[in-house]
Amino acid sequence: MSTRINDTTDLQAISRKRDLRRKTIPALAQAGPVSVWMILFVTLPMLYIIYISFMSRGVFGDVVYEFSLESYQTLLDSIYFKVIVKSLQVALFTTVACLLLGYPFAYYIARKPPAVASKLIMLIMIPFWTNSLMRLNSWLLLFQTSGPVNTFLQWAGITSEPVTFIYTDPLVMLGLVTNMLPFAVLPLYSTIEKLQNSLLEASSDLGANPRQTFFRITLPLTFPGIFSAVILVFIPSLGIYTVSDMLGGGKVLYIGNIIKNQFGSIRNWPLGAALSVLLLVITGALIFLYTRFSKLEDMEVV
Amino acid sequence: MPESIVSLIDVEKRFGSNLVVRKMNMEIQEGEFLTLLGPSGCGKTTTLRMIAGFEDATSGIIKVQGERVENKEPYQRDVNTVFQNYALFPHMTVFQNVAYGLTIKKVPKDEIRRRVTEMLSLVQLAGYENRKPDALSGGQKQRVAIARALINNPKVLLLDEPLGALDLKLRKQMQIELKRLQKKLGITFVYVTHDQEEALTMSDRIAVMNGGVIEQLDTPREIYDRPKTRFVAGFIGESNIFDGVVRAVDGDLLRVECPAGMLTTRGQGFQVGEEMHVSIRPEYLEVGTGKFEGFELPAKVKDFTYMGTVVKTALDLSDGTEVKLSRFEQDARFREGDAVQIFWDPDKSVAIKKAQA
Repeated sequence: MSTRINDTTDLQAISRKRDLRRKTIPALAQAGPVSVWMILFVTLPMLYIIYISFMSRGVFGDVVYEFSLESYQTLLDSIYFKVIVKSLQVALFTTVACLLLGYPFAYYIARKPPAVASKLIMLIMIPFWTNSLMRLNSWLLLFQTSGPVNTFLQWAGITSEPVTFIYTDPLVMLGLVTNMLPFAVLPLYSTIEKLQNSLLEASSDLGANPRQTFFRITLPLTFPGIFSAVILVFIPSLGIYTVSDMLGGGKVLYIGNIIKNQFGSIRNWPLGAALSVLLLVITGALIFLYTRFSKLEDMEVV
Repeated sequence: MPESIVSLIDVEKRFGSNLVVRKMNMEIQEGEFLTLLGPSGCGKTTTLRMIAGFEDATSGIIKVQGERVENKEPYQRDVNTVFQNYALFPHMTVFQNVAYGLTIKKVPKDEIRRRVTEMLSLVQLAGYENRKPDALSGGQKQRVAIARALINNPKVLLLDEPLGALDLKLRKQMQIELKRLQKKLGITFVYVTHDQEEALTMSDRIAVMNGGVIEQLDTPREIYDRPKTRFVAGFIGESNIFDGVVRAVDGDLLRVECPAGMLTTRGQGFQVGEEMHVSIRPEYLEVGTGKFEGFELPAKVKDFTYMGTVVKTALDLSDGTEVKLSRFEQDARFREGDAVQIFWDPDKSVAIKKAQA
């Protein structure tokens, strides 16, 4: 009896060893390099940011390694708090606008034959081959006091005086929406494209008019794409600072600009880090919601 | 004769320059099981989709219960469809799928519950209410699709190759179940398939389609025993078809000359010199040595194929064409390579008019 038991344990040990060679090593070889990369260049810097957000600022703008909640308390100051709220509002607006513009467009593309669809997708991608600073500058040129838009408005008699567009919130939002639209269209397109036409036909066949079909079938089934679009648009528009820097001319402040300034000219790293952590928390919360509301396998579009 | 529930009058469908359905006329009777049968690309699915409303007819009139529906959307038509790939809503449970039509119509909740439960037990899926389609087998999905279509009490149920994705055994079982269901409910079924055996088993009438045209619309028996065109004879079951010319007419007995020799068949309305086709089923073909009255078809035994219930014998005619003969047992008199004569009872063969070009 006892020898038998020994035999089986030996066998188990051997098979465990074999498993290690057969499964663990290839798995490490495949995931290893990426893991090392992610740990070195994402996880560690992130942990460092979290760490210094709890430190204090020295007199000369250096980081003093003493625990303090000062940065987080500063966030609750009315000025910063207002900026945070406003940034959230603008990001929300951008997201909603991108969804409202992007969904019909993505739907339109997805219902076209693949050859046409890929051309239409190209159309939306081409502007992104140009440098983003160039694109933002061209917005400034278009909307400046003596620019084509103002010239046209005066020529058409809509206004008598030039309208101030540049360095205002609406122009920043316009810039954000145009900047972010592809990030909404692409995930939406990829889920709408997967939507089987026969499901829409079945709905219609069972008595649903196009509106009912949209709300009961199309919308729920493309929800993963909508949520991906929300994440892909909302998070960057909350953090992006180039758009508000250029089109807002530094007069319009969002979280992104403040973080940039804290790490840059103002040299208050702990405060900048605390703001970054706030962004991380918001992002994390969104992704948590996403995984709660949709199955993990739908994550592929993110 | 019962009322026709669906009428197609001179219906045509064109995709670009491609004429998929040509001048189709068809009357579907109330309560019948009618099958549209044909090879892929013959226009059978397009015809079904025009009745459902997913495709607009290029021209012609479609009536459901005497009412014209060409300009009605699918959701305004009193017909329901069972799709080839089931098309179950993946984000809904079985219950919600089946209830969909009633939910749209805003039927009261307890009535929905009652009718869905009833329908699910009819298709033997009681207890599966809360499953998602993902968690069902192919056969179960099929039943859900049928239940979902039937709950609206449609005048006509359209089925587009509903059993195509199932394995052979399950398909046979579902064929019988579908037929029983149809008899029990008395609903008109319009069924599309390319499987002739399925069509023969289930249908009250079969419309054999080819190239956008109905070649023959008849009972399975008539279609099998009295094919009206060369295509139908060749498509339904196995058939040996001889192309020939009528040489003599004696009452309804025709003497026909074909490249392989002379043969005799029965047929009416043929004239001497007329080109025509003769179809004979493999099970009616006879083989012997010596001379046979009215026949002169020398052939050579090529090979035997054991098929389970029958043994098929292939023979080469003198012009090189192959004919097939099937029997329950192999004919012990002959071996491969033997020279024989082919003949049959003229009552068993079918004389077919040559199609007008």
